[in-house]
Amino acid sequence: MNAVLKLILQGEALDAGKLADLLALPQIEIDRQIADLKRDGILLGWRPVINPDYEADNAVRAHIEVRVRPEGGLGFDRLAERIAQFEQVETCYLMSGAFDLLVIVKDTNLRKVAAFVHDRLAKLEGVQSTATCFMLRAYKEHGHLITVTRPGADQPSVSP
Amino acid sequence: MSSSRFVAHHVAALPKSGIRDFFAIVQQMKDAISLGIGEPDFVTPYNIREAGITALERGKTSYTDNRGLKALREAIADYVAGNFDVSYDPETQIITTIGVSEALDIALRAVLNPGDKVMYHEPCYVSYAPSIKLCHAIPVPVATRPEDNFALNIDMLRAAWEPGCKVLLINFPTNPTGGTADRALLTQIADFAKEKDMLVLSDEIYSELTFEGVHTSIASLPGMRERTVFLHGFSKAFAMTGFRVGYACGPAEVIDGMLKIHQYAIMCAPIMCQEAAIEALRHGGESVTRMRDQYRERRDYIVRRLNGMGLPCHLPRGAFYAFPRVDGTGLDAMTFAKSLLHDQRVAIVPGTAFGPAGAGFCRASFATGLGNIQEAMDRLDRFMNTRLPLVVAEQQALKS
Repeated sequence: MNAVLKLILQGEALDAGKLADLLALPQIEIDRQIADLKRDGILLGWRPVINPDYEADNAVRAHIEVRVRPEGGLGFDRLAERIAQFEQVETCYLMSGAFDLLVIVKDTNLRKVAAFVHDRLAKLEGVQSTATCFMLRAYKEHGHLITVTRPGADQPSVSP
Repeated sequence: MSSSRFVAHHVAALPKSGIRDFFAIVQQMKDAISLGIGEPDFVTPYNIREAGITALERGKTSYTDNRGLKALREAIADYVAGNFDVSYDPETQIITTIGVSEALDIALRAVLNPGDKVMYHEPCYVSYAPSIKLCHAIPVPVATRPEDNFALNIDMLRAAWEPGCKVLLINFPTNPTGGTADRALLTQIADFAKEKDMLVLSDEIYSELTFEGVHTSIASLPGMRERTVFLHGFSKAFAMTGFRVGYACGPAEVIDGMLKIHQYAIMCAPIMCQEAAIEALRHGGESVTRMRDQYRERRDYIVRRLNGMGLPCHLPRGAFYAFPRVDGTGLDAMTFAKSLLHDQRVAIVPGTAFGPAGAGFCRASFATGLGNIQEAMDRLDRFMNTRLPLVVAEQQALKS
């Protein structure tokens, strides 16, 4: 894997100057590699990982299982791409199994998520059914465990 | 009246670690970045923790065989044969202990008579000399040097030998230097041990964390299995320090002697930890590789930064410690470490903690995240460029 991408994924340093220091490369080279990764559609962007239960985030998330009727030449793609365009949709995957699309939606309250499902998603041509499950509590977010006690809290700060 | 008269003479005579005060300061400085930790920063891989939880759920809360669970000893035999190329009988030649620390302690106690001498290389893990002295035996340290990448120099080993040397204790890769010994050097050490009829205790706790070349165990060399006690454990490779499980493999007679001490003093390692250790040996390989790759990245970075700021540091080929020379700054290791801690709140360990041969060096652990290491190196760089000249001037003024 590209060394720049690997470090970014480790979440250690996002700043190009720090990446340049860690990899012993000139910063201009880091900038070039990041631009290449974006151009090639590999690095889509980055954002901080926030505890989904953080109240100030004021968000409600739902995972929606969508069954659709595939279109002749375009299969699932056209409808999936239409659904993915909605601002509320954070994630949209084509799935194997009992339903076709997994859509993860985020909005500021339950009513708005319900309205999205009812007024937008369910009315799209080709959508056969939806099953909406609201997320109640987070235990792990993008690889980060959300626990009360932090591992290592009892570890001495120096040991032989 | 003081109760000190109740303390045994040889225990009273043991010097307290010269860096206890330093450790106490670091402990209180909660906002310091610590490169002083001698254990992995990774949490034990979940499949291993889960095996311990399952053992508890199934009510496994009893003693085990003094030697350890048979399934664990069999797993150890397979693992050692597969990775170290030496075979042991799980019934008679393997014992499970409370970490490699206990394995080393009972090995020394099982083989040493009062007055026997034990050779070992220094700088070394803090317990070696005290453990030898607690057996009423005599430590015979052999210094290792950066010009040899902190591997043993065979001529220095031979020169240090004296009549009465019964045991040679080696630890490659080495805490605190990251020194390793290749097959050629180990062959020379083995020939020396055979020539002098010495028993070798080989502490290979960091062997899986070898970054260059292939780790060779001295026990696998011709004629050495019969005169080597192979000491190993789960703490470093599998990030299982808190589980406290180690083991020793060796000649049945020596293991039997160790078993006598172990069964009276310890009984057995905790059963749930032994169950977790079985999982580590059977299915922990990928986790070890993943952690080793991260240690290697961190090592390359920290060594480059240290050398770049004028603190010469050899490339450690194993373990997770950089061991830069700091006395070129004009300060001894303790003064350097204390000044750095107070000025920039970065903790590194003065080399003298690991014996007199560590004078002039400091140990910087890279068992912490790359971001932490980067911040610590930035602070160290600031210290070198701002505070250090003032401290050196103060020291010189004090001397004159």
